[in-house]
Amino acid sequence: MTPTPSSSSHRLPRLSLERRLTSPWWLSWVIPIASVALALLAGALIIASQGVNPWEAYRAMFEGAFGTGYGVAETLVKAIPLMLAGLGVSVAFRMKLWNIGAEGQLWMGAWAAAGVGLFLYPAWNLPPWLAILLMMAAAVVAGGLWGAIPGVLKGVLQVNEIITSLMLNYVAISWVLYFVDILWRDPGGLGFPNTAPLDKAIWLPKLTWIPFLPKGHRVHAGLLIAILAAVFIWFLLNRTKWGYEVRVIGENPEAARHAGMPIVRNIILVMILSGALAGLAGMAEMAGVAHRLQRGLSPGYGYTAIIVAWLAKLNPFGVLLVAVLFGGLLVAGDQIQLTMNLPRSISDILQGLILFFVLGGEIFGRYRLRLR
Amino acid sequence: MNTPTARQPDIAVEMRDIVKRFPGVVANDHVTFIALRGEIHALLGENGAGKSTLMNVLSGLYTPEEGEIFINGEKVVFHSPRDAIAAGVGMVHQHFRLVPTLTVIENVILGLDDPKFRLKLEGARAKIQSLSEQYGLKIDPDAFIWQLSVGEQQRVEIIKALYRGAQILILDEPTAVLTPQETEELFRTLRSMAEKGHTIIFISHKLDEVMAIADRVTVLRQGKVVATVAIDEVNKEKLAEMMVGRPVIFRIEKPEIEPGEEVLRVEDLHVRNDKGLPALQGVSFVVREHEIVGVAGVSGNGQTELAEALYGLRPVEKGRIFLYGRDITQASTRDIIREGVAQIPEDRHREGSVGNMGISENLIMKHYRRSPVSRGPLIDWGYVRDFARKLVKRFNIAAPSIHTKARLLSGGNLQKLILARELSSEPGLIIAMHPTQGLDVGATESVRKQLLEEREKGAGILLISEDLDEVMQLSDRILVIYEGQIMGETPGEGADRNEIGLMMAGENRSGTGDTSLQRNTSNA
Repeated sequence: MTPTPSSSSHRLPRLSLERRLTSPWWLSWVIPIASVALALLAGALIIASQGVNPWEAYRAMFEGAFGTGYGVAETLVKAIPLMLAGLGVSVAFRMKLWNIGAEGQLWMGAWAAAGVGLFLYPAWNLPPWLAILLMMAAAVVAGGLWGAIPGVLKGVLQVNEIITSLMLNYVAISWVLYFVDILWRDPGGLGFPNTAPLDKAIWLPKLTWIPFLPKGHRVHAGLLIAILAAVFIWFLLNRTKWGYEVRVIGENPEAARHAGMPIVRNIILVMILSGALAGLAGMAEMAGVAHRLQRGLSPGYGYTAIIVAWLAKLNPFGVLLVAVLFGGLLVAGDQIQLTMNLPRSISDILQGLILFFVLGGEIFGRYRLRLR
Repeated sequence: MNTPTARQPDIAVEMRDIVKRFPGVVANDHVTFIALRGEIHALLGENGAGKSTLMNVLSGLYTPEEGEIFINGEKVVFHSPRDAIAAGVGMVHQHFRLVPTLTVIENVILGLDDPKFRLKLEGARAKIQSLSEQYGLKIDPDAFIWQLSVGEQQRVEIIKALYRGAQILILDEPTAVLTPQETEELFRTLRSMAEKGHTIIFISHKLDEVMAIADRVTVLRQGKVVATVAIDEVNKEKLAEMMVGRPVIFRIEKPEIEPGEEVLRVEDLHVRNDKGLPALQGVSFVVREHEIVGVAGVSGNGQTELAEALYGLRPVEKGRIFLYGRDITQASTRDIIREGVAQIPEDRHREGSVGNMGISENLIMKHYRRSPVSRGPLIDWGYVRDFARKLVKRFNIAAPSIHTKARLLSGGNLQKLILARELSSEPGLIIAMHPTQGLDVGATESVRKQLLEEREKGAGILLISEDLDEVMQLSDRILVIYEGQIMGETPGEGADRNEIGLMMAGENRSGTGDTSLQRNTSNA
């Protein structure tokens, strides 16, 4: 009876989290991959609940998105706005500014570009190349200003940017739809809620020179804009004084303050840049795919962009890659609706699951699980 | 001299062969620790020696990988602090775990299962009062925590542990936040507790304290026990040598230098704290070239706000600040940095570095705006690498590479990084806040030497520190701050510790015989 057990020694072993001081290099790769795999596993249960073999469904999805030249082309088309908006979101997230407003900024960009293309271009008799540049500039300005609103509110008055940027999405979409439905509505449009089409000369040109893609694919110059934007953002963040400030502020605002960095100014500038990139996404979708302003121009690219940016760990080139995967998911959703008789929203569910598991998985990068 | 294996009746705590590993380090490497009933047992060691880890094991916060713990001869296994408390082990942490908006009673009974549902404050009050009388822990049970001084809050923590029936009380560096007088009072309490049969385990890296209070001392170094000795068998020098592993020189050479021109002049400074309450109320002083001016005081008396105001981080309500005669009262931090003011911030991790960035990126935080670190809008990373390599070498920053993330550096190395950054711009004024807090003996020595070197080179240094020994050792003049006012000034040489202690507790000695404290110029 000498060594009496303490009151709790017959407790069941339990799990506990222990902070990691260092993490092995491979962990930052294994965790997201495992998270996505688990998300697909969870998605399989949902697909199975619809009476469809998940394995078949996933194969069909992959085939649809990446298996054919047509699928790849459509995947890239959907990836373009995700790339641009994802870059915008990632820049803001770098500074821990939670810009949830990419959707609204995207719509404002599309709206401003459409205004230039539909009215200024014919009125001023501009050369097409100049009109396209002006459309881009208008989208950058409109998206940037839309991003600046939560930026100024945050920087000057410490208003939570998550709320303001999110609410502004609804304002932006309503604003644009007012133009689509009423002010700019195409009188010859047979009652469809959209503006007249842009003149073909100022459509973003198709990238017909890409090999292996089928004739008549819809991949447009927005892809090049997105790639250039990624290079630009990478350069800005990693090679310039301003990018250095943004990274320091994002990692440790208190240290940045002690180093005399202009935090308020950079909050506003980053939100402008973030909004401008999302605005470009709207312009690319409008001038490259829809060729007019219309309802349903964006099926929520600005929201998916948040997932894209996060999965890419805010790395600009990672954003390009992840955007292609999510573009594929959107295409696949359409595909399985047609071929497997599954609801299209399966792809939304998968998006959500992937984000959920990836966010959840991040804890294992910082903590290890222990049994005790 | 080590301890018997047979369980003696007077052994209160026996920890046998404790092994606790963290990724990359063995914090406790087969540590055997024995504390007797009724003794004050100091646990001495440098930062990172494993003192706190060992005591966190004893108080149930950590589970050891190997080893056994016996309390009063009985083997115990702790899964949580709750288990440890049930076995009579209580710990007073360095950072108090009190709820400021609750009263003393409410804090003491917080988390207890008894009473189950309805609060019975009366019984608790009586018990707190009796504990308070028994051990000389003066406290008003109905006061709110936010109304209490740091010393009083510490008493609440001790009462909390006693209330829960702690027979073994662990105190983690309890004197760091106290005035000399409060420290004396704490020591009296601890002695009376020991006399009543409690076991006091006292974590410290301050040798003077250990010599003053402990009956026996266990010295840890790099996770291992160096020795356990009775205090009358050793002296300070011997303990320091055990702790560091080599002989330590306590006196630093401080050459006599005439101060030069005025670098910093502060006139009637009024500043508010984060809550909008007055933090500085009419502070005036000057710092000259070749001069270290120490600011002594218990933390929270306006030191932080003073440093922030001088660095352009906090708006000045009233009064003026001059740097080399130029008014910088409204200047931005950026301008103040450009004018050659360096800062060793209070919190190395939160204010002084970016944990997730590499050493080189941390080193340019104050330089990145200027050539040659940047040209136009671009940063010249090639130059930055050379710059970083040079500084890492010159300041002896121990790290595998210049890209090593700052959060992976030890406290001493991180402080070296900050010194490297701040001193490499050859500052005219250095605002040093707690520059050696939490550093081991070796790192402390090197930081102090560097400050003295800067003094020789001609910088004016404002040294804000809670470590009175440090202030007395380094300063040419000492200002004592209390509730946002300077209580008085003494020369650093031969300063009277007791006198400073009284001023730290609020006794105003300004105006008595000192000339450089120019309160009368304040309304100019």
